[in-house]
Amino acid sequence: MNAPLRRVAISVLVLFTLLIVNVNYIQVVRSDELREDSGNTRVLTEEYSRERGSIVVDGTEVALSVPTQDTLEYLRQYPQGPLYAPVTGYYSLVYGAWQLEDAENEVLAGSDARLFTRRLTDLFTGRDPSGGDVVLTLDAGVQEAAMAGLEGVTGAVVALDPSTGAVLGMASTPTYDPGRLSSHDPADIRAYAEELGAMDADPRLNRATEDNYPPGSVFKVIVSAAALSTGEYTPETVVPAPDVLTLPGTSTQLRNFGNSSCSSSQEQSLIDALTISCNTAFAQLGIDLGEDRVREMAEAFGMTGERLEIPMRTAGSSIGDIESEAALGQTSIGQRDVRMTPLQAAMVAAAVGNDGTLMTPHLIDQVRAPDRTVIDRADPEELSEPVTPEVADQLQEMMESVVTEGSGRAARIPGVTVAGKTGTAQVSGDVPDHNWFVGFAPADDPQIAVAVFVANGGGTGGDVSAPIAGDVMQAYLEGQGG
Amino acid sequence: MSGPTTDPRAAAPGTVVPTRRNTELLLLGFAVLITLAAQSIVDVTITGSLRPELATFGGWFAALWAVVHLVVRRFAPYADPLLLPAVAVLSGLGLTMIHRLDLAGMQDGAEATREDAPVQLLWATIGVALFVAVVVVLRDHRLLSRFAYTLGLVGLVLLALPAVLPASISEVYGAKIWIRVAGFSIQPGEFAKICLIVFFAAYLVDKRDVLALASRRVAGLELPRGRDLGPVLAVWVVSILVLVFERDLGSSLLLFGIFVVMLYVATERASWLLIGVGLFAGGAFLAYQLFGHVRVRVDTWLDPFAYRDEGGYQLVQSLFGLGTGGLFGAGLGGGRPDQVPVAKSDFIASAIGEELGLFGLVAVIVIYLVLVERGLRTSLVVRDAFGKLLAGGLAFAVAWQLFVVLGGVTGLLPLTGLTTPFVAYGGSSLVANFGLVAILVRISDAARRPATPPPPPKQAIGEAPTEVVSS
Repeated sequence: MNAPLRRVAISVLVLFTLLIVNVNYIQVVRSDELREDSGNTRVLTEEYSRERGSIVVDGTEVALSVPTQDTLEYLRQYPQGPLYAPVTGYYSLVYGAWQLEDAENEVLAGSDARLFTRRLTDLFTGRDPSGGDVVLTLDAGVQEAAMAGLEGVTGAVVALDPSTGAVLGMASTPTYDPGRLSSHDPADIRAYAEELGAMDADPRLNRATEDNYPPGSVFKVIVSAAALSTGEYTPETVVPAPDVLTLPGTSTQLRNFGNSSCSSSQEQSLIDALTISCNTAFAQLGIDLGEDRVREMAEAFGMTGERLEIPMRTAGSSIGDIESEAALGQTSIGQRDVRMTPLQAAMVAAAVGNDGTLMTPHLIDQVRAPDRTVIDRADPEELSEPVTPEVADQLQEMMESVVTEGSGRAARIPGVTVAGKTGTAQVSGDVPDHNWFVGFAPADDPQIAVAVFVANGGGTGGDVSAPIAGDVMQAYLEGQGG
Repeated sequence: MSGPTTDPRAAAPGTVVPTRRNTELLLLGFAVLITLAAQSIVDVTITGSLRPELATFGGWFAALWAVVHLVVRRFAPYADPLLLPAVAVLSGLGLTMIHRLDLAGMQDGAEATREDAPVQLLWATIGVALFVAVVVVLRDHRLLSRFAYTLGLVGLVLLALPAVLPASISEVYGAKIWIRVAGFSIQPGEFAKICLIVFFAAYLVDKRDVLALASRRVAGLELPRGRDLGPVLAVWVVSILVLVFERDLGSSLLLFGIFVVMLYVATERASWLLIGVGLFAGGAFLAYQLFGHVRVRVDTWLDPFAYRDEGGYQLVQSLFGLGTGGLFGAGLGGGRPDQVPVAKSDFIASAIGEELGLFGLVAVIVIYLVLVERGLRTSLVVRDAFGKLLAGGLAFAVAWQLFVVLGGVTGLLPLTGLTTPFVAYGGSSLVANFGLVAILVRISDAARRPATPPPPPKQAIGEAPTEVVSS
């Protein structure tokens, strides 16, 4: 019986080898795939067991991890929850991370390469690894004013520092409590998420960056920039401003807001056309300039359709395809397929206010190691130069006129010159118009540029959005001691 | 069969055969140390301090192996020195992982989980008692062949019992393989396995000549006569019945595999293997066609990720654990093996793989390999046919069971309800396997024992003092 016994011994060896080969395949070859599978909660729970870094605004932690007694060890808290929700997002067991919690996860979780040496020392000293902090460029006063201004409406506010591109405020309404989505109670998390999802406007969407809307007359700033940049126009150049413009090649009649007349003489200066936001004048101006000039200027201001990372990924802004001169006319007053994110609208104002130079918008001021030493700092970067400083001066003059004597008077701030542009965009379907305002202040030395967007506000940009913009800018200037 | 005196491997009278008991003692001590180190690591990692009960546990565990060692030293001095250390380290590791999962359960605090590790230690104690009883009472393994038919009947009854009992006492997670009485759960199949192996060994030694010689040659293969197919068909039918009525693919596969291999060893006819594989394949195919639960099991095995929220959940979680463990593992207490359902029993191997990594899991497989190959070596060396077949069957049973279990939790084979011998939580399995090792120890003692008791030092006849021959 020994011969078959020896064969059995060899077979056992073969069977065990099979097991070992298979275990090698699972634990080595498929290791990463299995580790990263969305159904594998181990990585998430391991993340939870580390102290996640904080998100800091003006020295205050707006998102932080506090130790708990349950298995997940740390609970994510948002002390001012709804105020910063559009920026912080949430950190949820059930739905993963969102907004900055997602975009800056590597720093917050402590796996970012910039924290590498620190992690290495943690390994040797046996210290529990913890995440780094993210310090935001946001200004608490601006954020509060923006959220207060949007109370009760669906909309967004973006405020930028024109000279650096730093985001000073980013509000989106309706808002929500990220703390409830980040609790350790999956049932409550799901219930709250369903509640949010059932609302007309989902609060989890950051309307300041993640969606784009027709900008209406705000776009006239770009058309003006295109005209002035040709050298053939000045703010005083007189352009046709008829009561009714029949779009070329069609029988479509384009009228002014409320069927009003821009000028009894059917023509007016460019500055006057912008001040009262004359539709027929800008439609004709756009047609006269041609699609290329309008498109190039829009792209120079950032409307390339590309998505920015601030570090959350934004929606793109663009003017769409233009098939005809008629379409070009409608495009030139910010209708048709023109789409802007509120962030993009703020970038337009910021570029004009910054002598024609557009700075890359960014939300992160500093990245700090767990011991609070700064390991990375924002470095303002130029995105483009859409207009020359001279043209920027001319645009500033025209936008000042809008606020001092035109459609944007509600944005005025006592003692400060404000420049801006209103926008009232028609929306397809039987719904109220979107109301916009973009602007900056002080006009001669801009400290802050804002865009205010109110979805289906039902009024005009001048009476719905301009006052919010005024409050936001005033809050910042007062906070800066101006 | 060679008689004891003519076996060339038998030690020539007069040579001193080392008992290797001190080697065993050293290795046992090492196994106890490893276990205590592992337990300490678990405690410190999870709770930050050593639990006070660790001293009691350590003392108890060390005492168990001290008793085992002393009993073997006294009653089976020539036993293979590697069998018991392998069992000690495996059961120590099992106790550690069960304790580790106890701690995870208590941390979750979701429900008041009872501590299973002390219960398992108690079962190990009962296992050791069984081991001692077998080694002390069974002075010669050949005695077992006398009770072979009784044991065969007992085996069959044990195997069939859960199928006959109402589901309320016998069914857990769909498999009807339990007897649950007064808070105790017994898997009689574990004991049936040993009884049936003893029976197979005795029966096949009896009938091996008939089964081996009377054959026809068909296509180069020695095929048995039709009527000699009886026994293999009978075991096949029993296996299929187990599969159908107890929904236990594991026991079915285990039983049939062991029988076919023992049949092959007894007869030295490879044709039995082919017939066995063919019969099982046919039976499995039929079962797949006829029974929904078998079909579900197989489909889940083929693509567990497609059923990740249903039947594939366990396997997918097991694979996640293994994959996350990677090469070096998360470290004892560092992983989340509690995410895998029934990690303490069916999936303890994936808990080991997650926390000790590929290296740890392969090391465990190699320890099993040592245990099995030492058992097979015993069967090569032992001189009587019954002992050969019995040792071979028992050793192969451990190997085959481990292959089926580990294959199951790693997706190589369909999942079965079998337990990882010595490591997994479960009293029946632990106690039965201690019994199995006791028999192996007994046979290995017979295998290495000098053919005749060492005679007194040779002296010239003339110089020998006159003495009364008393034995």
